[in-house]
Amino acid sequence: MNRIDARFEKLRAAGHAAFIPFFTAGDPDMETSLRMMQNVEKAGADVIELGFPYSDPIADGPTIQDSYQRALDKGLRIGDVFDLVARARPECTIPVVAMISYSLVFRMGMDAFLDRATGAGIDGATIPDLPIEETVQFFDAAKERDFPLICFVTPATETARRNAVARHARGFIYYIALRGITGERPQLPPDLAENLSELKSLTETPVAVGFGISRPQQARIVAGEADGVIVGSAIVRRLHQAAEEGKDPVEVALAFIETMATAT
Amino acid sequence: MNLKRSGDAGADLAVDIGEAPPYDSGSWSVAFKVSLIRLFGQSIMSASLPDDRGYFGPYGGRFVPETLVPALKQLEESYLEARDDQSFQQELDYYLRQYAGRPSPLYLAERFSERVGGGRIYLKREDLNHTGAHKINNALGQALLAVRMGKKRIIAETGAGQHGLAAATAAAMFGLPCEVYMGTEDMRRQRPNVLKMRLLGARVVPVTGGSRTLKDACNEALRDWMSSFENTHYLLGSVTGPHPFPMMVRDFQTVIGRETRRQVLDAEGRLPDCLVACVGGGSNSIGMFYPFLEDESVRMVGVEAGGYGLDSGRHAATLVMGKPGVLHGAKTYVLQDEDGQTSVVHSVSAGLDYPGVGPEHSYLKESGRAEYVSVTDEEALAAFQTLALTEGIIPALESAHAVAWLLQEENRPGQDEVTIICLSGRGEKDLDEAVRLLGIEI
Repeated sequence: MNRIDARFEKLRAAGHAAFIPFFTAGDPDMETSLRMMQNVEKAGADVIELGFPYSDPIADGPTIQDSYQRALDKGLRIGDVFDLVARARPECTIPVVAMISYSLVFRMGMDAFLDRATGAGIDGATIPDLPIEETVQFFDAAKERDFPLICFVTPATETARRNAVARHARGFIYYIALRGITGERPQLPPDLAENLSELKSLTETPVAVGFGISRPQQARIVAGEADGVIVGSAIVRRLHQAAEEGKDPVEVALAFIETMATAT
Repeated sequence: MNLKRSGDAGADLAVDIGEAPPYDSGSWSVAFKVSLIRLFGQSIMSASLPDDRGYFGPYGGRFVPETLVPALKQLEESYLEARDDQSFQQELDYYLRQYAGRPSPLYLAERFSERVGGGRIYLKREDLNHTGAHKINNALGQALLAVRMGKKRIIAETGAGQHGLAAATAAAMFGLPCEVYMGTEDMRRQRPNVLKMRLLGARVVPVTGGSRTLKDACNEALRDWMSSFENTHYLLGSVTGPHPFPMMVRDFQTVIGRETRRQVLDAEGRLPDCLVACVGGGSNSIGMFYPFLEDESVRMVGVEAGGYGLDSGRHAATLVMGKPGVLHGAKTYVLQDEDGQTSVVHSVSAGLDYPGVGPEHSYLKESGRAEYVSVTDEEALAAFQTLALTEGIIPALESAHAVAWLLQEENRPGQDEVTIICLSGRGEKDLDEAVRLLGIEI
C-alpha cells in the first residue's frame, strides 16, 4: 500500500488528523532540508509536503516565492531535490508529497517525473498549476506506479468540478481554505466548516486543508473538520529567519511544528 | 477526429465536468491541422481555433491554480456572450472611432521605401492611436467587458508601460479604479509612462521579485486576481496567459488587420506580399496577421528581440530560440533552462523583454503559416533613427524591430512588392533610453 494511504488509514483508525508541514527544498540550504526530513516525524508530522523551487510560482505568496528564489539563487537543480529525498530515506519513514509546478514537470515529461519521483522515494505530488481537466490524462500513468496526483478544491470550485474531484481523487484532496495565494492569515474563512462537511460527504478520500493556517488554534479548528492540516508559509518563514539570525533553523522549525502538530 | 483518450477515468471525468475528453498534446494535432489546411485552405484555422479548451493545436490551454479556474470560466462565458452581441460591438466600435481615433492610417512610406531600396512599404500607423500604441484597442474592449460584467476594479501588468497606460486610460474613461503592476527595472526605463499612469489616477505597483520586468509583473497581477476576481477584472495586455485571454485579446486586436486589409485593397487594388510586425507577447502581430491567415499568398514575418545577439544568450527571441514549455498559464514556446526554470531575458525594448509568447504564435510557427526571426538591440536602435530621419516618425523601440528586419540586406523586397509594417507604437516613451544608448549629445 502507498505510504500516503497507509498513514491516513492509521490516523483515521486512531481518530486523528494528519499534520502536514510544507517546506522548500534547499532553503535555507540542503543540509537543513535533509535534517528537516529526517526529524519532522519526531515533532509530530505525518506527511511531508516538499516544495520544488520554481522561478515563477503564481499560486504562492511572497514567503514561499522568496524561498524558491533563494534556493535557485544558490544554484539548486531539480535533480538535487530528488537526491535530497533519496538521501533522507530510510531515516525518514513518513510519506513525502512533492509540490511541483507543471512547468518543471512538462519540461522533463510526466513519465520521467513519475519515474524519478518514485525512484527517489516520493509518494505523490501536488501540481498546483495542473487543473483537473489536464490531470486526468496522467491518472493511468500515476496509478500504474501507485503514485497519487493530488487534486485541489477551493471555496469557489463549482459543484460539477468538485464532484468530479471527489470521485476521482486519490491520496488526499487538497482543500484550499481561502480565495487567494498561500500565506499566513489572522483568521480562518467563515464558510470553511460548511464547505468541508459538504466535500467530505461526497468522498471517502481524506481531505487536507491548506493556505492561511499559521496558528495552533487555527490548526485545532481545522483538525476538527478535516483529515489533515497543511502549514507552509509559517514554517518557511521561521526556517529563513532562524538561519538569518544565526540560530539552528531545524530546531526553531521543529519547535513550531510540535506546537502545531499537538494542536492538530 | 480520432481523439486519443487517456483511459476510462479521463473519459468519465470529461462527462462529469461537461468538457471534451482530454487528449495527449503531442505533435499529432499540428500534423493533423496542417493536413486539414492543405485540404481545405486556411479557413479551418481561423474559424475553429482555439478549441473550446483554449488550444491552438497543442498550444494554449489553461494551466492555472484551481483558484483561478472559476474566474477564467466566468470571463470566457461573458466574453463569448459579448462577442455575439451587436450592441457590445457597436459600443466598442464607437469608442475605437471617437475616443481612440480609429481607423489608423495606412501610410505609404516613400522615402523609407527608397532607403530600403525595394518595393512599396506601408506603415500601419498604430502609433497614432490615443495613448500612442495598439494597446488601446484591447484595453477599451476589455474595459467595456469589465463594465458589462459589473466589475468594480481593474488590474493590469505592464512592461513598456504602453499597456499599463492604455489600461489606466480606459479605466479613467469608464470611471474604474486601476492598479498596474510594473517591474522596477521597467519603471526606470519607461518613466514617462509611469508618470502618465499616475496622472490618470492609476496606482503603479512596483514589482521587485525575480527579474523585475514584465514576467514578474504578470505573476503579481495573477496573484492579485486570485483573491480579487469577484469584483476585479484582470485586463491582461497580450495574447498570452490562460484561455480565454489569447483568444479575446487577439479578437480585440484584429481591428488592425481588418482595417489594413481594406486599406491596402483600396490603395493597391490587391493584397500585400508581406506583413511584418514585432513579437513580444505577440498582440500587435496577431492582430495584423489574423485577418490575412486565409490569404495564402501573404507572407507573415514576426520579428523577435535578438538583444545582444542570439549567441550571447541575452535576448528575448522566444520562438526563434525557445522550446515548448508552460508559462503564465499556457503551453507555448518559452525561454527556459533544462530544468524548466524561466530564463532571464534581455531586450533594449521593455515591451519585448518577455520569456514567453502567445500560444497562437507557437501554433503558427509550427504549422509554418508565419515565420519568426530576430533582430538585435543595435539593429533596432539603428532602425529607430532611420525611420525618424527618412519619414519624420519616431517609432517605439518595439516597433523598430519590425522596421529593422526590412533594413537587413537579404530581406529587401522586390520592386513590385507591397510590404506592410505594423508600426505598433510611438517612440516618445523611449527617448531617454534611446538617446542614452545612441550616445546622442543634446
